Amino acid sequence: MKAVKGIAVGLAVLFLATGCVDQKAHSRAVYMMIDTSGTYAAQVVKAQRIVNYLLGTLNPGDSLAVARVKSRSFSEKDIIYKATFEKIPSKATAQKRAFRAAVDEFARSLKKTGGSAYTDITGGLIQAAEFLTETGSGEKTVIIFSDMQEEIGKGTVRDFPIELSGIRIVALNVTKLRTDNVDPRRYLGRLQTWEKRVMAAGAKKWKVVNDWENHPERIFED
Amino acid sequence: MAGDWWMIVPGNPALSGLVIFLIAVPFLYFARTPMHGVIRSATRAISGPLRMGSRWLLSAADGLRSRNRAVILAHGRDEMKHTIEREFERITTMVQRDLHGYPALQRKLMDQITKIEEDYQKTGEVPPPSGQWADAVKAVANITPSNGLVEKILEDIATSIEKVHAKSLAEYRKAYQDRHKILKGFTPFWRSLNQTLTQVEKNISGLQDSAQKIDNQMDKFEQINKGTDKAEHGLNSSAGRQFVIDAIVMGIAIGAAFVNFRLISLPMSEMVGAGDYITPSLKASDVSALVIIFIEATMGFFLMESLGITHLFPKIGNLNAQMQKRIFWAALIFLFVLAGIEVALAFMRDLIAAENLRLKASLSGEAAMVTEAAKTTWVSNIPTAGQMVMGFILPFALAFIAIPMESFISSSRSVLGVTLVLLIRSLGFVMRVLSNVTKQIGNTLVHLYDVVIFLPLMVERALRSKGNVAERRTKDRGGVTSFPKRNPNERTDRTATGEF
Repeated sequence: MKAVKGIAVGLAVLFLATGCVDQKAHSRAVYMMIDTSGTYAAQVVKAQRIVNYLLGTLNPGDSLAVARVKSRSFSEKDIIYKATFEKIPSKATAQKRAFRAAVDEFARSLKKTGGSAYTDITGGLIQAAEFLTETGSGEKTVIIFSDMQEEIGKGTVRDFPIELSGIRIVALNVTKLRTDNVDPRRYLGRLQTWEKRVMAAGAKKWKVVNDWENHPERIFED
Repeated sequence: MAGDWWMIVPGNPALSGLVIFLIAVPFLYFARTPMHGVIRSATRAISGPLRMGSRWLLSAADGLRSRNRAVILAHGRDEMKHTIEREFERITTMVQRDLHGYPALQRKLMDQITKIEEDYQKTGEVPPPSGQWADAVKAVANITPSNGLVEKILEDIATSIEKVHAKSLAEYRKAYQDRHKILKGFTPFWRSLNQTLTQVEKNISGLQDSAQKIDNQMDKFEQINKGTDKAEHGLNSSAGRQFVIDAIVMGIAIGAAFVNFRLISLPMSEMVGAGDYITPSLKASDVSALVIIFIEATMGFFLMESLGITHLFPKIGNLNAQMQKRIFWAALIFLFVLAGIEVALAFMRDLIAAENLRLKASLSGEAAMVTEAAKTTWVSNIPTAGQMVMGFILPFALAFIAIPMESFISSSRSVLGVTLVLLIRSLGFVMRVLSNVTKQIGNTLVHLYDVVIFLPLMVERALRSKGNVAERRTKDRGGVTSFPKRNPNERTDRTATGEF
C-alpha cells in the first residue's frame, strides 16, 4: 500500500511540476500578412499554400493569424482568421480544418472583389506585433507575403518608429516590380530600407525567402 | 632593434653570447651549491607528493581489495548456501515423491515372492507312495499257493493298484497344470516388478547425482569459508560473466522499454496535452509515457518479489505468506490494467496518426488519394492489431526486468570493485613513475649545471689534486705513510648530484 501511495505522490509531484514550467516559452506564434493590393492580389493562391504549410507545421499550443494588407491595415477586422491551437492533437486538427476553410473562403472572395488601392505594411506590422505580444509565445514570427512596396493613402500616418522587439520578420515571395527590372537598385534599396526599419524597431531577425516553394522550412530557420 | 639589447658586441650575437657566458660562468660557479639545492628542492617538491600519493593510492587499493574480497566471499557463501539448500530441497522432494511408497511396495513384493516360492515348492512335490498296497501284496504272497487263487488275487490287486495309481497321477498332473497356470499368471507382475525396479534404479542414480552435486557444492563452500584465492578468483570470474549476461539482458529490456515508449508517447499527448513541458526540453506527454513504463516495471518488481524470485525489497520478503499473496494479486491487477491502457493507447495512436495523415494530405491537396488508400482491406488493420498486441505484451515482458536487474546490481558491485582497484593501482603506478621521472629530471639538471661550469670545476679539481700531492709529500717526509683519507665533503657533493 505504501508503494501505491508513493506512486500517487509521485504523480501529484509530476503534475505540480507541469504547472511550474513556463508553457508559453515553447510555443510559436505566427502572424501572416497577405498583400491584397493591386496586381499582387493575384498571388493569393500562393498565399493559400503557405498557410497550408504553416497549418501542417505548427503544433498544438501554437498560434496562427492570417491578415490582409490593404489601404489601412491597423485593424482587427483585417485579420482573416486567428487561432491558438488546442493542446489536444485531435482538437487542434479540427481547428486547422476550420482555419483552412476560412482562408479558402477569403481567397474566393478576394478573386471576386479584387485588390485594394494602397498597401499599408506598417499598419499591418503594428497589428501583428500587438497580436504576437498578446499570445506570449516564445517564438514570434511575422510573415509578410508582399512585394514590400508600401503605398500609403492620403491622411494615413505611418511615419513614426514602431516596436517589434523579439519578433522575427520574414519577407516572403518578394516579387520584382517592372521598375525594379529597369533599375535593380530600387529592389535592393527597398529591401534594405525595410531591414533597417524593422531592425531599428527591435526585430530579432530580418529574412527574405523567395524560394519558399522548394524550401518552405527556411521560414523558420535562423 | 628591441631584441638587440643584450648584445654587448653590436651586430655579433655569437661573440656577445660568448662574452656574456664568460661573465656568467664565475657567478654560476660560486652559486653552484645553492643552485643544486634549489633544483633538488624543486624536484623533491614535485616527486615527494607524487610518491606519497602513489603510496596512499596503493594502500587504498589494497584496502578496497580486502573489502571486495570480504564482500564477494560473503556473497558467494550466501549463494552457495542457497544452492545447497535448494539441492537438499530437491532431494527431499525426490525422496518424498519416489521413495515414499517403498516400504509398502517392499512388503507387497515380499508377500508375492513368498507366495511364488510356496507355489513353486508345491509344484515340485512328487505323488506319495502307496505303502499300504505293499503290505497287502506281501500278505497275499505269503499264502500257500492253491489252485491259482493267490495268483488271481494278486492279479486283481495289481489291476486295482494300476487303476488307482493312474487316477492319482492324473490328479497330480492336473494340480501341476493349475500351478503352472498360477505361475504363468505372475508374468505381467514380474514385468511390472522389473519396470518398477528399473525406475527405482534411475531414482537412486538421480539421488547419487544430486549427492555428487552437493559434494561439489560443499567443496566450494569450504573453499569459500577458508577464503582461498581460488575461491575468490572463481567468484570474481563468475560475477564478471554474470555482469555481462545481465547487461545484455538489461540492454534488451531497455530496447523493449523504448519501443513501448514510442508506442504510447504520441497518444499520451491526447490525454495530457501536446504542448505542455515539464522542463525546457521535456514534454509532459513523454514524461507521462515514461511514468507509465516505470510503474509497469515497478509492478513487475513487486510481482517478482512477492513470488520470492527476487530479493530486492527485504520488507516484502519478510511479510507473511498472506500479505505476499495480496501484494502479488495487487501487482498483477495493476499490470493487467496498465496493459489494457496500453492497448487503448496503441489503438489511439493509430487513429491520431491516420488523422494527421489525412489533414496533411488535405492541406497538400492529396486528400482524394488518402481517402482511396483508407479504403484498403483487412491487411491495413494488421499494424494496428500488432501495436495493440505489443501494447498488451510489453508490460508483462517489462515485469521480468526485475530478475536481471537484481543480478546486475549484485554482480556490478564485484565488477565495479575490481575495476576500481585496477584503476587506483594504475593511477598509483603512474604517479610512482612520474615521481621517479621528476627525480631523474632534477639529477639531469644538476649535471647539466655542472656541464655549463665545467671550466672552473676542472681548475678546482686540478688545484685540489695538486694540494693533495703536496700534502702527501709533506707526510712522506715525516715518515708517516697512510691511506688517503676520504673527504667527507666529497661524499656530500656526490650525494647532492644524485650519484649513489
